[in-house]
Amino acid sequence: MLQLVLINLFRNPLRSALTLGSVLVALFLYSSLGAVLDSLQATADSGSRERLATRHAIALTNFLPYDYKDRILSIPGVKRVCTQVWFGGLIGGQRQRITQFAVDDDFWPMYTKDLQIVEWSEPQVAMSVPPDHDPHLAAYHAERTACIVGRGVMKKKGWKLGQTIHLQGTRYRGGWDMTIRGVYVKLPGGSWNEDLILFHNEYLVEKGMGGKPSTGVFKVELSDPSQSAAIATQIDAMFENSDNATKTESEQAFGAGFISMFGNVPFALRVIGLAVVFTILVISANTMVMAVRERTSEIAVLKTLGFTDGAVFGMVVAEAAILTTGGGIAGALLAKFGLQGKPLAFIPAMTITWATVLTAILIAIGLGMVSGFIPAWQASRLRIVDALRRVD
Amino acid sequence: MAWVEVREVHKQYQREKQAITVLDGLSLQIEEGEFVALMGPSGSGKTTLLNLIGGIDSPTSGDISVAGTNIARLSGAELARWRSNTIGYIFQLYNLMPVLTALQNVELPLLLHKMNGAERRKRATFALELVGLGDRLGHYPRQLSGGQEQRVAIARALVSDPKVLLADEPTGDLDRKSGEEVLQLLERLNTEFKKTIVMVTHDPHAAERAHRLVHLDKGVLSA
Ligand SMILES: Nc1ncnc2c1ncn2[C@@H]1O[C@H](COP(=O)(O)OP(=O)(O)O)[C@@H](O)[C@H]1O
Ligand SMILES: [Mg+2]
Repeated sequence: MLQLVLINLFRNPLRSALTLGSVLVALFLYSSLGAVLDSLQATADSGSRERLATRHAIALTNFLPYDYKDRILSIPGVKRVCTQVWFGGLIGGQRQRITQFAVDDDFWPMYTKDLQIVEWSEPQVAMSVPPDHDPHLAAYHAERTACIVGRGVMKKKGWKLGQTIHLQGTRYRGGWDMTIRGVYVKLPGGSWNEDLILFHNEYLVEKGMGGKPSTGVFKVELSDPSQSAAIATQIDAMFENSDNATKTESEQAFGAGFISMFGNVPFALRVIGLAVVFTILVISANTMVMAVRERTSEIAVLKTLGFTDGAVFGMVVAEAAILTTGGGIAGALLAKFGLQGKPLAFIPAMTITWATVLTAILIAIGLGMVSGFIPAWQASRLRIVDALRRVD
Repeated sequence: MAWVEVREVHKQYQREKQAITVLDGLSLQIEEGEFVALMGPSGSGKTTLLNLIGGIDSPTSGDISVAGTNIARLSGAELARWRSNTIGYIFQLYNLMPVLTALQNVELPLLLHKMNGAERRKRATFALELVGLGDRLGHYPRQLSGGQEQRVAIARALVSDPKVLLADEPTGDLDRKSGEEVLQLLERLNTEFKKTIVMVTHDPHAAERAHRLVHLDKGVLSA
């Protein structure tokens, strides 16, 4: 009986192919939109739950005075505090998928489990590196305009260690020259990716902030991560009545909050995805209705032979489901293997979870069921005598 | 009780609020192994009667039993199962599946019986050989002549060894020669394989082949 279903699918190959194709495109689109959401989520999830992020209570774009750092450090249980400031410069006059952060020196010991220096310059002058720092950072520490670059960027741009690169400032005006003194890789399970340029916060403060340091976010490392909730409350309480009240959350939640800057975009993406799916539902239902109408007398003959209404119903639904499931699986897998790891806007490498792929396939199966239901119902209700009646 | 027993059957169709009576208290008995020709003017209810005997339509009132089963009271699914075991139907326009080969068309009714693929193929091949189309197994309906198509349809009707064969103007669309072949085949199924056959026909020449002639006029039988 399955064979009969398959034969029916091939009786109008063009129409079946078009339906399959449109389901494929729709589910590819749906999966791609899902991929954007997944990637946003992955970005949000990259932060650690054990670290805290302190930012301005009002908005991410409001900055906090740098001297908050020492006051946060004074809270018992806080081990280390660092800052990172988004620079947003242009490279070669173009916006690139390369993110630049000005970081202070405490950044490096905080992220030793995330980043590893794999290439480095030897320092020009004798320089003692702080005890908890990677000794390979010596040349970086010795030079105010040094930077550390991710291996992904090095490859993409064809840069060499020791090379001086030029950034055009956007929020911080002027041209910025930096010398590459180290290359890092991402460690397994670490946050960050390999598409960053990291440089001295002092350089940014002197040249870009008129000597008055401030930062968008403090990252806070704790001696005992289980205390994070209590310490977050303490930090915010400390600045509650100042001009710049703070909001402290886990680094992970901070990432998620960053995503919320995109406002209703995720919601809009879901609505678009559903609209696409609905359109396809109408198209494939229409195909099946036409297919069944053409076969009215054949269905009547099947029933005459003794096929029950239920069997006829099942055959039509199965036909629709095979059509949409085939298209759905193809579309979802195309998205998975076509987009995985590809860059998109500010997302350096897209992620598509298997959950998204599976959802798309389930939607496709559901589509088949729903779009097959109406014609299947019609086919099962078809009365033999009416269908076979000839006016002679 | 007769093999086919139609008792006091009324059949009405509803057409735009007015009921038209097609069969008006009709009774008919057909014995096992009979070959009956059903004649009558167009619109006299021949197809309707055949459909009632074949269990693809239900009477408004009255009883019909075939091979001992009263089918007037069966549900849709029960009737479907009953048809697959009891009735072989032959249509005027053959009604083969255009996308299936001759062999696949004949295998179709066997899908409803517990049977493996090899057994199905064996039986369908045998049925096609019986109707003289053993060399056309892989042909599609469009590659066959009308007479050949009708013989495939006959093979499909007899492949599950039904208790009654019903044929609605089986030669109505065929030329004289092909029609003759189909009639000879039905005759042979009746004499050699003892099939009970009810055949609707307009053609007096075709009707001569039957053992018994039944005339239907305005919903009742006339001798
Ligand atoms: N499904 C139906 N709905 C309404 N009227 C029908 C239906 N089937 C048959 N009829 C009517 O019943 C009468 C008998 O039809 P039918 O049995 O097909 O006659 P015959 O086969 O002898 O030409 C005709 O008047 C026909 O129009
Ligand atoms: Mg008729």
